[in-house]
Amino acid sequence: MLKISNIFKTFNKGTVNEKVAISGLSLTLNDGDFVTVIGSNGAGKSTLLNAIAGTWLTDSGKIEIDDIDITRLPEHKRASYIGRVFQDPLMGTASDMWIEENLALASRRGQKRHLLPGITKAERTHYAELLKPLNLGLENRLTTKVGLLSGGQRQALTLLMATIKKPRLLLLDEHTAALDPATADKVLSVTDELVRRDNLTTLMITHNMQDAIDYGNRLIMMNEGRIILDISGQEKKQLTKQQLIDRFNSLSDQKLESDNVLLS
Amino acid sequence: MGILYGIMALGIYITFRVLKVSDLTVDGSFATGGAVSVMLMLSGVSPILSLLCAFAVGLLCGTVTGLLHTKLSIPIILSSILVQIGLYSINLRILQGSALKSISVDKYPLLINVRFVSRTILIGALIALALIAVLYWYFGTEQGCSIRATGNNPAMAKSNGINTSTTTLIGLALCNGLVAFAGGLMSQYQGFADVNQGRGAIVTGLAAIIIGEVLCDIFFKKGSSFWLRLTFVIIGGIIYYLIMVLILWMRVDSNDLKLFTALIVAIFLAIPNFRKGAAV
Ligand SMILES: Nc1ncnc2c1ncn2[C@@H]1O[C@H](COP(=O)(O)OP(=O)(O)OP(=O)(O)O)[C@@H](O)[C@H]1O
Ligand SMILES: [Mg+2]
Repeated sequence: MLKISNIFKTFNKGTVNEKVAISGLSLTLNDGDFVTVIGSNGAGKSTLLNAIAGTWLTDSGKIEIDDIDITRLPEHKRASYIGRVFQDPLMGTASDMWIEENLALASRRGQKRHLLPGITKAERTHYAELLKPLNLGLENRLTTKVGLLSGGQRQALTLLMATIKKPRLLLLDEHTAALDPATADKVLSVTDELVRRDNLTTLMITHNMQDAIDYGNRLIMMNEGRIILDISGQEKKQLTKQQLIDRFNSLSDQKLESDNVLLS
Repeated sequence: MGILYGIMALGIYITFRVLKVSDLTVDGSFATGGAVSVMLMLSGVSPILSLLCAFAVGLLCGTVTGLLHTKLSIPIILSSILVQIGLYSINLRILQGSALKSISVDKYPLLINVRFVSRTILIGALIALALIAVLYWYFGTEQGCSIRATGNNPAMAKSNGINTSTTTLIGLALCNGLVAFAGGLMSQYQGFADVNQGRGAIVTGLAAIIIGEVLCDIFFKKGSSFWLRLTFVIIGGIIYYLIMVLILWMRVDSNDLKLFTALIVAIFLAIPNFRKGAAV
């Protein structure tokens, strides 16, 4: 359903800061794939997600979703296919607006916005229902400004917003990295539930190797703007941390003593 | 006159507080509104229709700034200054080359004027109330919400499918539409249109907004509702005007007036910081 063919992205071309972030990357996802993405700092993981979401255009190559060429499509148009959660909890929500207003904005993803009411009564009850299973008490605080919520609450809300209008593709960029371990676990299990429930095709970046092994049906490892490892099916299920580290060492010129670099 | 400041400030509120950008087009479009309104009335158009035309021309001014910004990627401050400067010449053209064009209240059925104060206050207040109601409704609609989201968090807006270029454009247009409308009212009130009418409009508008917000926070708790905040923008405009009157009454040299305006705005900008205890 997602087909990336030979994309390149270089930042600050022609300056001393020139940096090739993605170099000739190709990737094809099947419907319902839940892919975890690992790789050391600067490997180009976020850049890959930004390229798919359309934060900027790639230098060359082609990106297709459901056989539709989106390579030149601006970000807000791609949004009708894509749901997204960022690493920074502040980035996925509008902090001066209410919880229900944020959800209402998200549920109109891919639609024209007219002079109709920004939120209806029926929506309100629906949102309360959706928030209840999170067990964060947000269902009683629909008219609280999102800026007053904790990081974990905001990420859970962003996750709900990203999936409220079933996206063709869900992009998660270390969305639990800024949270304390307990909250991170909670948000991660909510993620897993939502992805399974709607059978969402998902790309999830993580720095936690164990999570990368535990979640999803496929794992890719990136290094220097390329995919150097792609494991799925039975092989992925039996994968151990040590195996991953060994594979990384043999595939890249960097050497890892432990999983520190990947975990950091 | 204070109410008129407030109405103008409502427009500036859209860019400054909702979109969170500084749009300096208003110094030009305020005068444009006045010029358009007066010239149309002189050629026989009714005062109300002339105000609507001023609003429409204001929309256009804001759109130009918006296009310079979104299509040509010129920073908003710069593109709005460019439009403001350009408008000065255009305003002179509209006024057929003279810097000042007066319109007699005896010969034309002006909506409001210095001559009949109580009627002016009544009509001004009604217009202000209507505008607050319309803005309150508008920013609750799908389109209005997407403008608010754009100002609040552009990354979030885009990833939720909002075309932030369009919303920025609409916001800038609406802001200048309202400001030009207020400019038209001002020229009816004063009985003349002046190319320099808009000088310092942005500062006056900011003063009204900030005075209003400080007072709103004092009388009501933080996080008060949107229509209350808008009402306090009008109140801020009135208070700003009263302060100006007071300063003139104290026989301050009128050449120093702008200096005092700047001082007042600086003081009110600092007050919220003092209250937070965060001031140096
Ligand atoms: N907007 C940008 N401008 C300039 N350079 C960038 C930009 N975004 C990313 N880079 C560079 O591209 C390279 C890849 O960055 P990217 O953020 O994709 O890495 P990552 O794999 O997500 O790393 P991390 O694990 O630290 O998040 C880095 O060297 C980074 O400095
Ligand atoms: Mg990253």
